[in-house]
Amino acid sequence: MTNSATLPQPAPFGRRLKRFMADRPIIPLIILLVILVMILQILRPGIVNERWIANTAKFAIPLAILAGCQTMTMLTGGIDLSVGTVATMSAFIMATQIVNQDPAVACVLAMLPALLIGLVNGIGVGVFRVHPLIMTLGTSLIGTGFLQVYQRTVIASGARIPDFLNWLGTGLTYGFPNALFLFVPVAVLIVFTLNRTGFGRLLYAVGDNEHAARLSGVRYWQVVTALYVISSLLAGITGLLYIGLIKAPSLSLAEPLVLPSVAAAVIGGTSIFGGRGGYMGTIIGALILTVLTTLLTILHMPEGGRRILFGFIVLFVTAAYLRIIEDR
Amino acid sequence: MRRASVTYCCIKTGHTTRDPNALTSNPLLDATGVAKNYGAVAALRNASLSVLPGEVHALMGANGAGKSTLVKILTGAIRADAGRILIRGEVSDVRSPAAARRAGLLPVYQEPALIPDLNVLSNLRLTGTPVEPFRAWVRELGIPNLDIRETARDIPLAVLRVLDLARALAVEPDVLLLDEMTAALPANLAEKVLEVVRRQGDSGRSVIFISHRFVEISALCDRATVLRDGATVGVVDIEPGIEEKIVEMMLGARIEKTSVAAARMANETPAAKDSHPRLSVRNLQLGTKLHDVSFDLANGEVAGVVALEGQGQDELFAALAGSIRPAGGTIAVDGAPVKFSHPSDAIRAGIAYVPGDRTEALAMQRSVRENIALPFSAAPRKWGPIKARRERMVVSSAIGRLQIDTRAQGEVQRLSGGNQQKVTIARWIAADARTILCFDPTRGIDVGTKQEIYKLLRELAGLGKSVLFYTSELEEVQRVCDRVIVIFGGRVVDTFPVELADEPALMRAAYGLPRGAREDVGILADVRPASDTEAAP
Repeated sequence: MTNSATLPQPAPFGRRLKRFMADRPIIPLIILLVILVMILQILRPGIVNERWIANTAKFAIPLAILAGCQTMTMLTGGIDLSVGTVATMSAFIMATQIVNQDPAVACVLAMLPALLIGLVNGIGVGVFRVHPLIMTLGTSLIGTGFLQVYQRTVIASGARIPDFLNWLGTGLTYGFPNALFLFVPVAVLIVFTLNRTGFGRLLYAVGDNEHAARLSGVRYWQVVTALYVISSLLAGITGLLYIGLIKAPSLSLAEPLVLPSVAAAVIGGTSIFGGRGGYMGTIIGALILTVLTTLLTILHMPEGGRRILFGFIVLFVTAAYLRIIEDR
Repeated sequence: MRRASVTYCCIKTGHTTRDPNALTSNPLLDATGVAKNYGAVAALRNASLSVLPGEVHALMGANGAGKSTLVKILTGAIRADAGRILIRGEVSDVRSPAAARRAGLLPVYQEPALIPDLNVLSNLRLTGTPVEPFRAWVRELGIPNLDIRETARDIPLAVLRVLDLARALAVEPDVLLLDEMTAALPANLAEKVLEVVRRQGDSGRSVIFISHRFVEISALCDRATVLRDGATVGVVDIEPGIEEKIVEMMLGARIEKTSVAAARMANETPAAKDSHPRLSVRNLQLGTKLHDVSFDLANGEVAGVVALEGQGQDELFAALAGSIRPAGGTIAVDGAPVKFSHPSDAIRAGIAYVPGDRTEALAMQRSVRENIALPFSAAPRKWGPIKARRERMVVSSAIGRLQIDTRAQGEVQRLSGGNQQKVTIARWIAADARTILCFDPTRGIDVGTKQEIYKLLRELAGLGKSVLFYTSELEEVQRVCDRVIVIFGGRVVDTFPVELADEPALMRAAYGLPRGAREDVGILADVRPASDTEAAP
């Protein structure tokens, strides 16, 4: 991981460096990640080993997938705050239904609310033009409410984590976390969709200039509905993965991941105003946040101080990063 | 102090008595040598305007002549680079709208100026307008039962404009400045407004009246100041037959150029016309903007649309492009009636729209290639993987066709204005649209690119495609069009074959004047008829 070796060396170094980073916004992110890992290693020599890397990856993956939802919605100028609730719902339903149901049926039942919420989000944003922030916040609250009602009905049956989710969530194969079997295809699919498909192109176009997209014959509601359904389904899948990792179903299981997922996308260089960004940056963003969390944990700070520091670092990193890549 | 007198500058029908004191005294407002530059562009070079007490003074000029810049300077919205403004003989620099107001100069702009979320009364308080006189004026202007507690947002546009006027009248300004005051008004309200304006002049106050309607100007105004290319080219008394002279002044030396262009263009790339119309529009209606528009557009034809600003051309293009739904009338494509509810319907019918404002049509942060290829992925069945090789081929052939300078790789926002405009057109060349609606495509781009766009439009016509081409620069008509449709007040008022569409003829038609006798003389008629408005069309 010696990325600094690829940097250009000649005379007007500062400007060349800046131009280089502006053209490859992922480079400064990777550098930042390496620096954080190095700090960690200095503070606690020997902590960075194979097991630590696998562990970090395991916790970064659910965050990275949810941040993928944010990346895609943010490209159109939207946001999806319902991912936390959707992930929690799919996890909770899975854990409770698996008790009496066939795994396949349980899976379908678990993904049903995801599909539904995605559809409602998409129609609300695309057809009725509700602001995505409000729309997804609203469906998120409604979903949480339904989940509480649902919990009462299954309180007697108990919950269990199916083996294949255990395997996926925490298992290792040759030292690699099994979650990668899910994450790698998902990441490849997202990157491919954004860069090489008509749909991905429309996400950028709609976020950049909705009116221009309309004049080119793009129907906004179609794009947005498909987008929020995809986002919700990804969140549902994340929920299944996450329950295999955490192993304790609760009503607020994935809720703490929502705002970090937005932060990961923003740190990764996706503009919250739409039209600019990509998934590779987001993945690094999710890794940075995960490493940062570890770093703050080993500092033996009280929880309050840790959060304050976390907030400041996120703000600082985002501001600095935007300055680097947008100065052209 | 009332005494009958006849003065040389206002022999008018309709005016009976006026304050004689007014007409012999010094100008109320006197601006001379006003200049204003925006960067390298001179919006005003040497404008002057002198308004006598008690006169209704028309301010005239073609699109881009500098009317609105002059108005903004007079009302303190922007500051002049040079020039002197005297109000009642005293040097004044109207530093802000408030200062202009204190000096007795009050504008009523085209856009309603009431704050939408406040009620009428609160709006009055905001500007310190006395309520009772306001109410009196509102009644006077033909709205007997206004509820001043109504929120401005809920009041129809036409009424809002009248309220704006009443609000201005209520503070009794010395000089009232009206910008296209009657534009959005129904006939009965417009009548009342004109009546009040006329009385305003009779009572010794002055009005600066900006309008595209000669009918109103000749019924109302005493004198007119004509601007051309940022300078005042003349001040004339309004009398019967003066329209011709004003049109001539607005056009200036440009008349000579066009006949040459006409002779040249007529021989280039003859259009491959056939008899079936590609697009036929019948009795199109839309709100207060389009009343009755009918025309045909043939295959292989470039039809020009000429209109003054705000005569309904924007709405016409939007309706044809599927952006807004017309209230009445029919549109037929290749003989089959169509109803567009979204631009994608129009695109499917082969009709593409190139808006005048590039920023409306381009995703500025995306690449040239993505922008050109955007229509390809619009339909859900095209959302899958992009066929990169085919796309690159189509796009690069369109780029080559328009000679877009893509040295600035990457984002469209790094291209020059002319190249950006080319991208908006290239998109539809790549998509092989059969009909292209070009709305003022050459606005604000360099001469070289303009020439290329003219050439391209002719080539398209030569390939059997049809183009509807709105332009605000009349000389372009001769270079590009086969036929010209003139729209005025939401109606097609005239249609010219290109041979007859010289600038004076177009300008007259655009102002709603009947066709003069000169068409009999033919295309190279460079005679200046003294006054032939009475001649039968």
